[in-house]
Amino acid sequence: MASDRIFGLITLITAVAYIAAATQIQTNFFSGEFLPKLFPLLIGGVAALCSLTILFKPDPDPDWPIGHTWLAMAIAVLVLAIYAVLLTPMGFLIPTAFAAGILSYQISPRAIPAILSGIGLSLGLFVLFKYALGLGNIVAYRIPTAAKLWDALTILIPFVGH
Amino acid sequence: MDILANLALGFGVALSPYTLFLAICGCFLGTIIGALPGLGPSNGVAILIPITFTLGLDATSALVLMTSVYYGAMYGGRISSILLNIPGDEPALMTTLDGYPMAKQGRAGDALVLSGVASFVGAFLATVGLMLLAPTLARVAFFFGPAEYFALYLLAFCTLGGMASNNQAKAALAACIGLGIAMIGVDSSSGLPRLTGGNLHLYDGIDFLVAIVGLFAIAEVFFFIESHGKGSSIGVKLDKVRIPWKDIVSTKWTMLRASGVGFVAGILPGAGASLGSFLAYMSEKSFAGEKGGFGTGVPKGVAAPEAGNNAAAGGALVPMLTLGVPGSGTTAVLLALLMTLNITPGPTLFTERPEVVWGLIASLLIANVVLLLMNVPMVKIFVKVLMVPAWILLPGVTMISFVGIYSLSGSYFDLLLMVAFGILGYFLRKLDVPTVPVILGILLGGNMEDALRRAMTLSDGDVTYLFSSPIAVGLWIAAIAGFVAPMFLRGVLKKPPAVTD
Repeated sequence: MASDRIFGLITLITAVAYIAAATQIQTNFFSGEFLPKLFPLLIGGVAALCSLTILFKPDPDPDWPIGHTWLAMAIAVLVLAIYAVLLTPMGFLIPTAFAAGILSYQISPRAIPAILSGIGLSLGLFVLFKYALGLGNIVAYRIPTAAKLWDALTILIPFVGH
Repeated sequence: MDILANLALGFGVALSPYTLFLAICGCFLGTIIGALPGLGPSNGVAILIPITFTLGLDATSALVLMTSVYYGAMYGGRISSILLNIPGDEPALMTTLDGYPMAKQGRAGDALVLSGVASFVGAFLATVGLMLLAPTLARVAFFFGPAEYFALYLLAFCTLGGMASNNQAKAALAACIGLGIAMIGVDSSSGLPRLTGGNLHLYDGIDFLVAIVGLFAIAEVFFFIESHGKGSSIGVKLDKVRIPWKDIVSTKWTMLRASGVGFVAGILPGAGASLGSFLAYMSEKSFAGEKGGFGTGVPKGVAAPEAGNNAAAGGALVPMLTLGVPGSGTTAVLLALLMTLNITPGPTLFTERPEVVWGLIASLLIANVVLLLMNVPMVKIFVKVLMVPAWILLPGVTMISFVGIYSLSGSYFDLLLMVAFGILGYFLRKLDVPTVPVILGILLGGNMEDALRRAMTLSDGDVTYLFSSPIAVGLWIAAIAGFVAPMFLRGVLKKPPAVTD
């Protein structure tokens, strides 16, 4: 019940914001005054209706995970986000070993297998991508300057990065 | 005779040593992807699209490879259903009902071979059906104008929503999320950005591959973290594998009927393979009656859903190729592949690029034969794959997804977006909101809006133009019926509960 009400409320707010944004869409002589706004407005309208339905006719709650599982998932998200921004400045091998190892640990919390699977996946996938499949933009490693590293990480901080 | 000539053209394109090699690779990979619990045809194909794209394969080779993976995954789904009682993908759910009890009776090998043969029959007949039906439908599709196309897209969303979810509002909302995302980016007619919030990264729009891989593959990681990778151990031992001729012969009519049912279910836009295997199983069950012993491990109960599932997978290609409207989640992903390869499905595809269509059909037939030959003697190898623990598998899948998306654009923004879609996918699936309409919305949003805009321009803003032809009216009625009918049919179409130990 509660989950669906919260979900419905969030989507309702999003839908209203979407409609508001759609009315502000810039138009010019080529596109006509109304056509670029028409479909987004329709979508927003239908979405708002659906949100109201969910809000007033909620389904039973799903089984949400308990406390420490949320933590594990939050860590996984953080690791993946950091991995995403470090892949360019640091190259493939080191970030992949860490990211894969931590993910492995989140799924099955045993240290040694997690470390081994991190290193193994990093090396194995690198050979696969670089030499077997020949993907061009994968670089083994780069040694970044502190400034570049900081630049990459600030992407993740709202309003500081770019 | 036209068909035979076309088929010869198709085999001419698809039957070179190189493409045959690709077909074998694809079938092998696909079967593994299908067999692994949590990795189904949709996310398997989704992860491989960016990699295929970067490999620089030409259109035909890429199509052969990916359709082999697609059919292979459909085959592979049954392995974990039968041995572990865990469906490798959603359509394989019905196979657990009789496959697992049969495996517990010590007939795991028989069940695997029988289901392999049933898959072959289903997929083969569906491919033949596709050859016969698709060109005809393509000719009808020439009568479609913007009003008809708009109604057709609507029909796809409505039936998909009706079938895929238990809650109509949630399914429709999912479609809206997808369509809303598709609107982001520079508007083609005015050249001005829409709904980007001033973010330069969004001017090109959101790549559907990023969304697909995020929603399907990354979301899966969160589910595995939640369950701590349980459920990836061997449940039933597999001893000797022999070919159970008696069972195959005794189930031949079951396979044929189930293929027919599955094919028809597959053609309906939005219904797809899950409905195909479901209807095939249920119709055979009522056909056999109480004495049939369905649910206790009878061969017919294994053959029916597998034939139905694979026939539906073939049937789903009919609307996808002729109208550009996919019939299931996996065909939506295949549509994404075609769009990545710059091939626009639709009626013109059949006249303008016959080599692509018939090459695809030929490669389906090739893949099917390869799969049958591969699956019977090599089933033991695929069973071994099931023993790969989740704590190696899931990080591996994640890293492959990252590299795939990274190799497309080399941009951190797409990677972050993919993670965000993963989080979105987790919450949507938790809340029983289907994710396939989201994908479909992102894929088709641009075309749907184009159709609406052209209709409005042609009619000078007259809304009644949308209902001006009999085809359009028929599609609107079908769309509304497809959306409303499942609310009343839900009691009848209830899924039977899975077998528990």
